[in-house]
Amino acid sequence: MKRDLALLLGILLALLAALLLWALHATLALEPGPRLAELASARLEETGVSNPVTAVLLNYRAYDTLLELAVLLAALLGIWSLGPAPAGYQRSGPALAALVDWIVPLAILAGGYLLWVGGHAPGGAFQAGALLGAAGVILRLSGEPSAGLPGEPAQRWLVVLGAGVFAVVGGGLLASGFGFLTYPPGQAKWLILLIESAATVAIGVTLTAAYVGGRPGSGTAHNGTGQSRTVQR
Amino acid sequence: MSAQFLYGGAGILLFALGLWSLLVHEALLRKLIAINIAGGGVFHVFIAIAYRGDTAPPDPVPHALVLTGIVVAVSATALVLALHRRLEQAEESAADAEGRSESASASSAAPPPRTPTERTPTERTPTELTPADLTPADLTPETLHPETPHG
Amino acid sequence: MADLLILPVLVPLLGGLLATALPVRSALVGTLAALATSLSGLGITLLVWLHGDLGTVLGGWGVPLGIGLSADGLSAALLAMASLVALAISIYAGSYFAGSAQARHFWPLWLLLWSALNGVFLAADLFNLYVMLELLGLSAAALGALTGKREAIAANLRYLLVGLLGSLTYLLGVALLYTAYGTLDIGLLGERLGPTPIAATALALMVSGLALKTALFPLHFWLPPAHANAPAPVSAALSALVVKASFYLILRLWTELFAPIADIGAATLLGLLGAGAVLWGSWRALRAQRLKLLAAYSTVAQIGYLFLFFPLLASLPPGTARDDLFAACVLMALTHGFAKAGFFLAAGLVQRKAGHDRISELGGVAQRMPATTFSIALAGSALVGLPPSGSFIGKWVLMRGAFETGQWWWLPVTVLGTLLAAAYVFRVLSRAFGLEPTPLQFVTNARSEIPALLLAFASVALLGLAAGPVWAILGFGAAPA
Repeated sequence: MKRDLALLLGILLALLAALLLWALHATLALEPGPRLAELASARLEETGVSNPVTAVLLNYRAYDTLLELAVLLAALLGIWSLGPAPAGYQRSGPALAALVDWIVPLAILAGGYLLWVGGHAPGGAFQAGALLGAAGVILRLSGEPSAGLPGEPAQRWLVVLGAGVFAVVGGGLLASGFGFLTYPPGQAKWLILLIESAATVAIGVTLTAAYVGGRPGSGTAHNGTGQSRTVQR
Repeated sequence: MSAQFLYGGAGILLFALGLWSLLVHEALLRKLIAINIAGGGVFHVFIAIAYRGDTAPPDPVPHALVLTGIVVAVSATALVLALHRRLEQAEESAADAEGRSESASASSAAPPPRTPTERTPTERTPTELTPADLTPADLTPETLHPETPHG
Repeated sequence: MADLLILPVLVPLLGGLLATALPVRSALVGTLAALATSLSGLGITLLVWLHGDLGTVLGGWGVPLGIGLSADGLSAALLAMASLVALAISIYAGSYFAGSAQARHFWPLWLLLWSALNGVFLAADLFNLYVMLELLGLSAAALGALTGKREAIAANLRYLLVGLLGSLTYLLGVALLYTAYGTLDIGLLGERLGPTPIAATALALMVSGLALKTALFPLHFWLPPAHANAPAPVSAALSALVVKASFYLILRLWTELFAPIADIGAATLLGLLGAGAVLWGSWRALRAQRLKLLAAYSTVAQIGYLFLFFPLLASLPPGTARDDLFAACVLMALTHGFAKAGFFLAAGLVQRKAGHDRISELGGVAQRMPATTFSIALAGSALVGLPPSGSFIGKWVLMRGAFETGQWWWLPVTVLGTLLAAAYVFRVLSRAFGLEPTPLQFVTNARSEIPALLLAFASVALLGLAAGPVWAILGFGAAPA
């Protein structure tokens, strides 16, 4: 019965896939009409960055990116609402600890490089933030219960930093008459760098905190007994 | 044209495969992986359509959209995993409580063993298995005798 | 002036960030932000009322490079409803979560949800809508699981996965449209889109993804457990507002973007699903043992009514009759927003007081809370569609339209759905009018009872007796008598 259902679904989905493949084929067979590509590259010089993807993310379609930071924050808030973080892992042995001592600073350094290079080559806040997040994950796996994150109050400010700076810059530009996230000529580069730096930190901290998997504070205390883990709701 | 169709078509196949797996499988982790594969398929289509032949520059807009989509997918995956772990905790505590009441009456049944929920490179500390994991609020009468949501 | 369109999104977003950073003050920050958000939403509605449609493109790049925001009558009507309902929910939540550790989790997520909701109503860009829908879905699922109970977490886990699937399906449709037409702006796409098979495939993908998110029968399976197990203010927000966002999007895409291909056949399919929702949802509501589950199934049914309008709209030429139907559809969506929010908030009070919400055992409790019982009665009468509620006018226009277009088969569905609704509402009310003595004081806890009462009252009086403004803001003539 169950297998029959799976088979039936498989057949239906194969038909759907065939239909979609046909639609994609028909779409690609069309003469490429007006596309955003030409427009996006024609106005690239005005955006303050020379990497077209960064120009789309932080200038043309910056509003999407702001909301995407909000999505990331919403996921973390949801994770925090589910309870305190589980206890961490055992301390790593000397070999792993020595490796971690090398990898984490390197990841942070590489993150900084990716952030800067994003202005003119592939890179940017998300790639850099992901590296910072990876550094946090490695720290947590190697037995650092807080994954290198500060206490709860500071952590809360750090996770809102990205969307916060973004929204405040946008709102400030709106209040000064330029329109929301409409960068004044000549200042785009520095405003984008400011937003991206804040976003990098926020993304790194948010990803790490999401990996820790629960509200910071007493719940992450690694004391080996589990007795101090407060049970809050 | 054929290259884009190859890549984009692969994306559509991934979407259909993910959808199938999502609908057929019961286990939540499989469902989550399935939906990530389906999402990867959609992103694949976006990447494929950005390039429309040698004469035109590749379109940065779909690339940026995919970056946004990946962050959204990561966020959602993280939340699903956290909810899943919380659900397992709640179910284990409910099962433990049942086991406890059974052993109190029949003094034979043992609580079901906890199954490891995460694969880790290092061993977890014993603290993970203490009763502190069982939050008291999960032992309310509602959880022990849940009203089925379907009335 | 159109620059201000961003405010209903920006204000709650900033409020949510601040409430995250200041967990101890989250209730205060949240309440103030809720007030400001509500004012900004009503302000935009007022601007649309006075000056007509508004539109702007963020970033100063113009379309198609930038992301557009636009507010027409439809956006403004839903924005106004959301502003009022969400404000009432916020005031109620202030009292509901007072002194609870859940408050610091509720406020940031709630403000993010509100920001996404307003964002959906104001967006003019298909990909931006995807991001908004994801923000809405994630924050809604997180809020729904706030009680930490097993059923709530299981239900919201499913809700989250279903929502993700819906968004992905929608996004695949967007990918096809972008490949074919090279823009994501709804207005520009509307100009370029023709009756091609590609557009039809995109329409099918996008509408099925959104129908999953709006819980159209038979894709409603996730809704009742998710809505019934959330904390009361969240249930109200999910049922009254969140499902409306995806419904709004279906309505807009169907009637504007895909107007060249959304023909009577496809619309009849939606209508049939709507009819299934009306009958099945009402039946399950009648059989529900719990008050909140009843309200959740009633949402399934009420969403169904909204889809009954689609085949009628498709078969009428542009003109007064079609305008009336469109406005009646919007009116029913608005009325359901007020009524269901009021119903859930009142049900939450009953549940708090009684410690459960089993309908068969509610008699005495309901009687000790006259204002709350009155709210349930008022909201219930709007769900049934008794005069003078907004849904009475909506159903009246719907039935007249079915008659005039010769699609008489929608009439028995509407009548049967109404009878079933009357049965499930009176089944609740009959318990509340037992023989126990009624206390003298009408209101027992003003801060939580008044919002529910006002919402229920609005669904009956504001939208019923004064439905004219709905027609006016949509740019149509006078409401039918």
